[in-house]
Amino acid sequence: MCSLALFPPPLPSGQTTLCESNNELLSGASTEDRLKQESSPLSLHFPRESLKLHSRTESSSKAAFLDHSETLWMRSAAAWRDGGFTGLLNEITNSHTEVPKWLSMSSGCILALLRWVSSFHGSLFPHLTLSSEDMIAEFSQVLNWSDCVVRAFAWHPHTDKFAVALLDDSIKIYNPKSATTPTLKHRLQRSVAAVQWKPLCASALAVACQNCLLVWHVDPCSLSTRPSSGCAQVLSHPGHSPVTSIAWSPSGSLLLSASPMDSTMMVWDVAAESCVPLQRVGGGGVSFLSWSPDGSHVLASTPSALFRVWETRMWTCERWPCVKGRCQSGCWSPDGSRLLFTVQGEMVIYALTFTDAPGVPTSTSQGPQAAAVVADLSETTFSTPDGDIVVGGEIQSLVWDPRGERLAVLLKGDPQAADRPAIIAVFKTRANPIFELLPCGFVQGEAGAEPRLMQFHPNFQHGALLTVCWSNGRITHVPFYFVSAGVPHFGLSGSPLLPHPQQRPADFVNQSLFTEFLS
Amino acid sequence: MLPPITLVFVIISKFSFLHPIQTISGHDVKIGIFSFILLCGVILIVGFLHLEYYTVIPTIACSKIALLGQLLHPRHFINSLVHCFMGVIVAWCCAVTMGLRYETLGYPCTESDGHPQMCLNEYHLILLLAGAFVGFSHSLLGVIYNMNYVSFHTVQQYKYLRFKRCLPLVVKCSATQALYSVRNYIVMYLFLGYIPRAWICKTLNLHLDSSVHPLDSIAGLLDLSLLYHLWSSATFLLLTWNITLLLFRIFVTEVYSFPVQSSFTEDSHQCLPKVLTEKQPMILKFLALQDLALLSQHSPSRRCEVFSLSQPGGHPHNWNAISKECLSLLTDLTQRLVAYHDTVATNGRAKSLSSGKDLMSPRPVFLMKTPASVFARSVAGTPQSPLTSLFTPDLDSPFASPALRRLTAPVDQCSPWYGTVQSPHIMRRAPKLWSTSTGEVEFQKSNISFSTHRSSNIQVLSNEVVKNFLAKRVLIMYLFNKLPEASSQALFADSQAHIWALEGLSYLVQASFSEDQFGVVQTTLPSILSCMLVLQEAVDRHFKLPHASSKPVRSTSSMGDSTYKTLRFALRATLKTAIYRITTTFGDHLNAVQISAEHRKRLQQFLEYKE
Repeated sequence: MCSLALFPPPLPSGQTTLCESNNELLSGASTEDRLKQESSPLSLHFPRESLKLHSRTESSSKAAFLDHSETLWMRSAAAWRDGGFTGLLNEITNSHTEVPKWLSMSSGCILALLRWVSSFHGSLFPHLTLSSEDMIAEFSQVLNWSDCVVRAFAWHPHTDKFAVALLDDSIKIYNPKSATTPTLKHRLQRSVAAVQWKPLCASALAVACQNCLLVWHVDPCSLSTRPSSGCAQVLSHPGHSPVTSIAWSPSGSLLLSASPMDSTMMVWDVAAESCVPLQRVGGGGVSFLSWSPDGSHVLASTPSALFRVWETRMWTCERWPCVKGRCQSGCWSPDGSRLLFTVQGEMVIYALTFTDAPGVPTSTSQGPQAAAVVADLSETTFSTPDGDIVVGGEIQSLVWDPRGERLAVLLKGDPQAADRPAIIAVFKTRANPIFELLPCGFVQGEAGAEPRLMQFHPNFQHGALLTVCWSNGRITHVPFYFVSAGVPHFGLSGSPLLPHPQQRPADFVNQSLFTEFLS
Repeated sequence: MLPPITLVFVIISKFSFLHPIQTISGHDVKIGIFSFILLCGVILIVGFLHLEYYTVIPTIACSKIALLGQLLHPRHFINSLVHCFMGVIVAWCCAVTMGLRYETLGYPCTESDGHPQMCLNEYHLILLLAGAFVGFSHSLLGVIYNMNYVSFHTVQQYKYLRFKRCLPLVVKCSATQALYSVRNYIVMYLFLGYIPRAWICKTLNLHLDSSVHPLDSIAGLLDLSLLYHLWSSATFLLLTWNITLLLFRIFVTEVYSFPVQSSFTEDSHQCLPKVLTEKQPMILKFLALQDLALLSQHSPSRRCEVFSLSQPGGHPHNWNAISKECLSLLTDLTQRLVAYHDTVATNGRAKSLSSGKDLMSPRPVFLMKTPASVFARSVAGTPQSPLTSLFTPDLDSPFASPALRRLTAPVDQCSPWYGTVQSPHIMRRAPKLWSTSTGEVEFQKSNISFSTHRSSNIQVLSNEVVKNFLAKRVLIMYLFNKLPEASSQALFADSQAHIWALEGLSYLVQASFSEDQFGVVQTTLPSILSCMLVLQEAVDRHFKLPHASSKPVRSTSSMGDSTYKTLRFALRATLKTAIYRITTTFGDHLNAVQISAEHRKRLQQFLEYKE
């Protein structure tokens, strides 16, 4: 089993990872190296100060503006509109001078009963008591989402353009081939948890917002920098908010959305703006979705210790209960046959293998009810010139490059302790002839910047390109140059046969750390 | 159709005994069983009606008058009458099982002079009439909201799960619809209730009990338990019917897997290529197209059969048949769109009727494939000729009855009494303003009744006069005004077929990149690409028209399926995705495909992701 102890030590402070070449990660110390890197796709910097932030939320400003001399009827109607049934009851209970005593008494009793029931429900599913912002932060794939300048990032699946959602609820679209960077703003676009481009389409971008889903249609030929909100389709369903995860089907026909508050998963037909709810009892919501690249399976994790794998032909699912915590993140191999996932509270990566027959999974080695552990990321101490650094711990997110050769793992670290930073560990992976994980190295940014979000470029010609969004608002791209194993090439290894660096022990590089025999 | 009916039996039996109305009944098992058998009969008839009336292509009325014409159409009228009658039967069953004061129509009473006689039980009557009313309004709403339209789902699910998912919605719909119909019914009974009461009394020789308060007064109707019983029996009625409808839809749209090729010649008519080309049962064609779209996505083994060569001869018959049919569907849509666009474009100018005729005559071929309604409406959209578009019978529908054809066929050529054209029945006879100049043969082939007529100047003149006369009436103008976006909806009414054709073709072409061993797809790739690009152009042009891109209001709480309203958006999205699917799969290899320069330019846009 692969563990962090086999990794090369992290870089000293001040050094940043630039790229992988000749099977090793190269680092640079200063900005001239960075300038060299800027020649590859856009590197961006969003200083926090440049963003105009909302000083307060809508609910906090309500009391300052609402005219309280309205009649009881008006207030009740407003309460019904804003807060639903509980809001109405609250209003009636609070205005006990104007309503008959029995009415205020009874509504107070109902309210108390409701609270008691909801607290009972909340004790079953503790996440239901969170506010929607906290909930997005809890279930988002972004590390420390609420404090993050770049809240979501998405490469276009076919071209070199990407969308960046910022802290001020705007989305910018960058395209190296065009000078305009459209900025998308919409009244309903609040607390963006995820963005994703529609596959097989040049223009459609789905945005998961606090109360709804937005699908923007941004004409790539348009010169407008502020597309009007008429370009956005609003998809909403009562009870389905906040939306924390979305996934387009790889064929581009369907869009899935999930909310931790809602135990149904919505399958949207975006053009028709209609949805089919898929509901299964248990779990208390759906927090994370991931569609396998071949389109045959969908991973749907719930806020409790349970996740489901749906097959997409007849939309049936199988339950996978976890022992410890909820499934935090997951990713699929490019052929859709292998699922890697992590569980909250555990420091390992699990793998599940799916055979070709749809809906009949067979786990790799330990029977149908267990997944195989493929990597152990428990804490390991490295001694660097700046002192000991502890790396490891819980995993925030996993991404696999589209060729299935590099696996990037974002480790949470400990924000309080200085010697335990959040860090990205990169593995080399090979699926054939046997599934292997090999250490590659750590990706680090500037001093004081910790990684928040990462994504692989969907079609990078020379290997893999990892885009990382840092806590200081910078977005950088780390290329991994290698020759794909799919290309006929002499040598057994997935990496090109180039002379290994002399200073590194050879057993680091080609040692088979996790071996799995396909029966 | 046996499984749905049996399932209906099971469901209904469960529902009738769990229903609050039914459980009250603690008496007379015989009547209970009899009413249950009656209910089953009603369900069977309803199921049969659905079977008879369902369609996969919705009829879309382009103006209010067309809608009215649809409602008064004999076919729908009979449907409404049958529904009405069955409503009475269900209401009778409810009344019998509820017992108490609703049970019988007459009861013995004594008059003031002590003479015993039979009196009318108005509670029973009101319940029966409510059943009739609810049944009638149900069928009317069915016509207005296209309840007979069966839509296919984008997401495949098992029947049980689909049923389970829809059940709460059906219950909610039935309850609210029952509430509204009971409200309307009560208002109606309040004003007109004395008519049926007097009639029943007269025919059955019953007397009114003077000691009982009559029910068609406000005080009489404000009886809460009566209202509750009315509502619950209406809900029960609608619930049973809607569940039948739901089950019917689920079973009809179930995916059926056609064999791609059969080793026995006697089975060859059931094979996918054969079924695809057949016109007649539209549902079979749709199911075949759906199956094609699914097989092209999900099953490599069946794709392999599509790409295979015939054993003696080595011809790719399967692929040829499939691609030819799909392409002809798409070309058909393209031509329809182009024709529509041309007529709309010429609308702006002051167009004489003769030019309208010129426009029609060169394209008799599209004419017969176009839903008659769109065409008539769009051509007649000119203010010069409101009369030509009075009715928009959808003769494309496979179930167009002979009666309809007879009616719309040239009936009365010699009676142009235009001045009194007020009721749709008479309007039906008004001669059309142009003819298919290709003559009788064409006409019979197409079955579309652009009636032959004598295009005399007198008629045109009188038509002008009539138009001026009618334009002054607000009501008439209201009735004749074109509903926005309805023509666009009608144009894309059967687009589900095109969507599947596009999906099927594009997935097959994508798969052919790696799976097609004999290169059978290569030969048709240029025509597929150019067909899609031409269609793309036509669709783009269509969406630039006013109303074409306006979104319909989403209606959630109705049993009617409104997916047909958004089919054009779905088609646009699918088309783009389909072209992108081919371009991303083939990439630069497409430069080697022989297509025209204009299309190559267009394709380059797709290759660069600039569409």
